[in-house]
Amino acid sequence: MRQDAAREAGAVEPPRLTAARPRYGEWVVRALLTACALVSVLTTVGIVVALFEPTVEFFRRVSLADFFSLAEWAPTFNPPSFGVWPVVVGTLNVTFWALVIAIPCGLGAAIFLSEYASPRLRRTLKPILEVLEGIPTVAYGFFALTFVTPLIRDNWPGAFGDPPGIFSAGAAGLVLGIMIIPTVASIAEDALHAVPRELREGAYALGSTKRKVATRVVVPAALSGIIAAFVLGISRAVGETMVVLIAAGNTPQLTFSPVESIQTMTAFIATTATGDIGVGTLKYNTIFAVGSLLFLITFTMNLLSARLVRKYREVYE
Amino acid sequence: MATGPAGRGGFRLRPSVRRVADEAGAATEASIALGTTQRGEMVKGYAFLGLLLLSILIALAMLVTLILDAIIEGAPRLDLALITNFASSLPGEAGLQAAIFGTLWVMLGLVITVVPLGVGAAIYLEEYASRDRWYNRFIELNIQNLAAVPSIVFGILGLGLIVRGGLSLGPVAYAGALTLSLLVLPTVILAAREAIRAVPDSHRQASLAVGATKWQTIRHHVLPSAIPGIMTGTILAVARAIGETAPLLLVGATVFVTFNPDGLFAEGYTTLPVQIFNWVTRPQDEFRVLSAAGIVVLLAVLLLVNAAAIYIRNRWYKKRV
Repeated sequence: MRQDAAREAGAVEPPRLTAARPRYGEWVVRALLTACALVSVLTTVGIVVALFEPTVEFFRRVSLADFFSLAEWAPTFNPPSFGVWPVVVGTLNVTFWALVIAIPCGLGAAIFLSEYASPRLRRTLKPILEVLEGIPTVAYGFFALTFVTPLIRDNWPGAFGDPPGIFSAGAAGLVLGIMIIPTVASIAEDALHAVPRELREGAYALGSTKRKVATRVVVPAALSGIIAAFVLGISRAVGETMVVLIAAGNTPQLTFSPVESIQTMTAFIATTATGDIGVGTLKYNTIFAVGSLLFLITFTMNLLSARLVRKYREVYE
Repeated sequence: MATGPAGRGGFRLRPSVRRVADEAGAATEASIALGTTQRGEMVKGYAFLGLLLLSILIALAMLVTLILDAIIEGAPRLDLALITNFASSLPGEAGLQAAIFGTLWVMLGLVITVVPLGVGAAIYLEEYASRDRWYNRFIELNIQNLAAVPSIVFGILGLGLIVRGGLSLGPVAYAGALTLSLLVLPTVILAAREAIRAVPDSHRQASLAVGATKWQTIRHHVLPSAIPGIMTGTILAVARAIGETAPLLLVGATVFVTFNPDGLFAEGYTTLPVQIFNWVTRPQDEFRVLSAAGIVVLLAVLLLVNAAAIYIRNRWYKKRV
């Protein structure tokens, strides 16, 4: 609205009132500000450029078919093996356990905040949930490794088979899941909040209880936004580095078991890049190849999520 | 509450709306038959509410446990030596001084980079850009996408184009600062845009009406009013950058630095989270205590930074009212 008003004010200005001589300073300022705005575009271009060349270099040495078909990831072994599936599955493994926590809790928190909490309670709870987002990921990693994992190991029911090791996909996933609850909750809550009041009142008018209004009217009406929240949650879990690097171990394994130590794509990148690596070596290029895959996966999910959010905005706003 | 008066009582009737009769119809079959089922419904309602509360409580419980665990574990090493000593392979003597100074240098580099870029971009998008143009919409979409790119991908960008290739700065503090700047740029732009948007249009019109140019209007009227909001946003972005570890691992933050950085472009720096990460990965129990103490220091720093942001925001609101 305000922007429209500003535009109109600009349009109303009669042409005779424009400056008698050109204002070069104004042009320079405008050019500088445009340049600032373009930095964000340049960053995206930079990411693509930085990833592209070493990735192409990598695939000159390792065939795409090997990359996507071999079942062993051992880029530093002799002879090396470049089957990417173990680190991809490792990522999916952790992401799965994270979602087991984040999806129900994120949605539950969103429904509570949007449908049940009084405005005052909401104002208190939301900032506290945001604190969760502000805690450094290295602290979550420490917590997963030194608190959650021992807790699970000490209380492991024998009926479940072997207890998890010091590093396990499940413990890392669990902590990661709680870490992304605020992300999922805040986007899902926006979607629930955008559902028009008439829909709720219509359901009440027909005698629905509060629970039924929430679960059978509001949630289905906000479904695209809720799915957007889940997709963004997946994207965050896939891209997270520190928790998995610290608590999930560094053993590339093709397994979905929560008790095994695994390696994710992000953990591979972080581990390999901190070691001593020469530019242009196959090892160096491997980082970028895995980085490209990670970027593609998260980028697709972010676009999908943005599309879904637009969808409910179009319907209700 | 969005549900209005009808939201509070379960069965209060509001005859005004019929639009969703078909959707709600299925939902109400059970509750129409009042009487015996009413009690069951109530129990189910409370059970549902209990589940919702539980999902929030899980998150809150972990927050509290995480903080308490760090304080209890780290207590033996929470002393002055922790912040005055340098890194050491002896856990009893290792400290955070190099990491604290490293963090300060990186944050200095970050602020001088991200504030002009972020505020400049925000001014362009709010004051100059017309949303009718595809390229302006493209810039906005791009900023949105950038905000969701994993932080380690920024590390790869820093490794490929800032430390090596392109800029070739080498593993210096500013390389880390620049990488983190790009990472938090969307946050700063968003906050600055909101602050600029909150400046009433009448201010701009008054200024333009007395003959000021567009830039004079922005410089003398829009920006001064928007500064508290911009500052709050920047501080929150700094808080996020302070806690970032993954991208710095790729752009030269090393884990064993026994001296303070000489400046933005001197080699050899580390930051608080990177140092803590190193301690966490060591197997000895003493290092575990040390990393817990480091986390307490890091959380305390973040608490201070966030408190500063809240203080500025509150002062600003008080003044405006």
